[in-house]
Amino acid sequence: MISDYFLLSFRNLKHRGVRSWLTLLGIFIGVMAVVALIGLGAGLKTAINSQFGISSTELITVQAGGITMGPPGSGAVSPITVSDLRVISNVNNVDLAIGRNIGTLKLELRDGTIEFVSAGSLPKGSEEKDFVYDSFGSEIMYGFLLSGGEMNEVVLGYGFSKEADAGYDVEVGDKIFLNDEDFKVKGIMDKTGSFIMDYLVLMNSDPLNDLLDYGDDLSIILVRLKDKDLMDKTKLDIEKALRKYRDVDIGDEDFVVSTPAASLKTVNSILDGVQIFIAIIALVSVFIGIIGIVNTMGTSVVERRKDIGIMKSIGAKNSDIFWQFFIEAGLLGFVGGLIGVIFGTLISVFGVYGINYQFGTELVPAIDFFLISISLFGSFCVGALAGIVPAMNAANQNPVDALRG
Amino acid sequence: MKKERTKRVIIELKNVFKHYRMGEDVLVKAVDGVSMSVNEGDFVAIMGPSGSGKSTCMNLVGSLDVPTEGKIFLDGVDISVLSESDLAQIRGKKIGFIFQSFNLIPNLTTLENVALPMMFQGINQEERKNRAMGFLKLVELDGREDHYPNELSGGQRQRVAIARSLANEPEVLLADEPTGNLDSKTGKIVMDFLEKMNKNGRTIIMVTHDPDLAQEYANIVYWLKDGKVEKITRKKDGKIIVDEDLIMEKASSVKKKEEVD
Repeated sequence: MISDYFLLSFRNLKHRGVRSWLTLLGIFIGVMAVVALIGLGAGLKTAINSQFGISSTELITVQAGGITMGPPGSGAVSPITVSDLRVISNVNNVDLAIGRNIGTLKLELRDGTIEFVSAGSLPKGSEEKDFVYDSFGSEIMYGFLLSGGEMNEVVLGYGFSKEADAGYDVEVGDKIFLNDEDFKVKGIMDKTGSFIMDYLVLMNSDPLNDLLDYGDDLSIILVRLKDKDLMDKTKLDIEKALRKYRDVDIGDEDFVVSTPAASLKTVNSILDGVQIFIAIIALVSVFIGIIGIVNTMGTSVVERRKDIGIMKSIGAKNSDIFWQFFIEAGLLGFVGGLIGVIFGTLISVFGVYGINYQFGTELVPAIDFFLISISLFGSFCVGALAGIVPAMNAANQNPVDALRG
Repeated sequence: MKKERTKRVIIELKNVFKHYRMGEDVLVKAVDGVSMSVNEGDFVAIMGPSGSGKSTCMNLVGSLDVPTEGKIFLDGVDISVLSESDLAQIRGKKIGFIFQSFNLIPNLTTLENVALPMMFQGINQEERKNRAMGFLKLVELDGREDHYPNELSGGQRQRVAIARSLANEPEVLLADEPTGNLDSKTGKIVMDFLEKMNKNGRTIIMVTHDPDLAQEYANIVYWLKDGKVEKITRKKDGKIIVDEDLIMEKASSVKKKEEVD
């Protein structure tokens, strides 16, 4: 009998106009948002994390912080310097602390292309250099890394290579000008997926200092720990040591010590916010979908009043009519959900494909068949739920009145 | 036509009233004290002009409606006290409806339309299909089973409706102006089908406003006017005789005459 209701409802659905299908937009968008969100979820996180340069290497970073209040210059933040680095190096559990400078340089290629790029310094010493390379998250693609005190050689990010197809087409051995000084390209890094990292010029600290005159100032201090489990404690120790050295009170720090966990937390809380936002949109869409189905089913009951009368006159009980309309509403919801699942899956597949292409990752879209089944079943239930009142209305039609149409 | 009086009574209306209230204080007495008795195998016509209450009468006989007062027996069961669901069940099993405007479901094919009443009786799909094919053959519409109603002519649609009315092998066929929407030629074909069904032993009750049609095919005609039975005529050996019983009954039961406003 149930299969008969499905059959009848299906036949009625087949003869529905475009108007009925448009009311499914709400459920469609809702389901699509959820399926795409979950399918993309992991990829989205990876993509954002790599954009923010949060690598898996567990290190603490120290930067000058505090907010410059008032007009520029009046509230200048005191920069962190080589002496801060020395203080940090002496903190317990600190394995290695290095200072780096990051600044903007004018890059001129042989063909005359001029571009402003970020340049990052490499510390002296090979252990220190390896530490930076490790945190970089990629290997050398062409040529060699800087290993000693090269004064006029640089390593470029993947973005400058021919493969990146960004219009630079730099090769190993090319001569380039940075702030009008000539340098030789010693190596090109492989893709990291981060726009910051892939367009970075790496050079030793001395030549960068010559170009930008940092003196003892440092842009950032990277700290490697002996015991990574003590990260939070070490972070507090560093803060304490720096407060003492720089003579500031708690709450007035003009520096920021951050751990990857904290950065991840920030990024993830942004992501969570996005997810909650999308979930709310999905919820609202489904709610609109429910109203749409109530509306279209209500109209359908009026339109098919005569059919209801006919069916009652040939022996349909109230329950027969009720189930027919109830299932029809459910099927409407189901169709909306099905289209949503298809589009949601497509979005996550293409989205993940795009992320993989962009960031060189090998992510797989999270296509969860359990989730899909739940979505479809849920859509049917939502539709059926919306159909209860119209179906009851249909079932309770007086046969004589209904027959009149 | 032979020995009507010894046959089983299949439908009986006992002093049935159906009053509607329209608006605040207008009382419409659609059916106003009708008694009727239909025997197995009868071809009964309910005759009357529009507003005579014949449609309401048919709805009551067909158990689509319940009377305000009085009792209606269908095969010995008092249907005026039954629930909606029981009424539907009885309707589906014992009565086959044929309407003036055919009333086929437009979204279903010919075959599905004919099979639909069987579905509501819980008959399985295979058997429904086979039986529906048989009925379509009976009304000479085999080969049209996959057509939709809007692809058929009026006469063909009415034949589909007849096939549908036969679906659950009901004892009574209830035809409401079956030729009303048809030209005289196709109307005759449809009436011949009904006559054939009657000869096969089915009881037929036809509602019509056409006295010629009523007297040509029916063996008993109830003449309705203003919700009351005015006279009953019977066909006997090719002659039309006015039933004397009713006149006696009328004299005793009618006390006061009140006209509808």
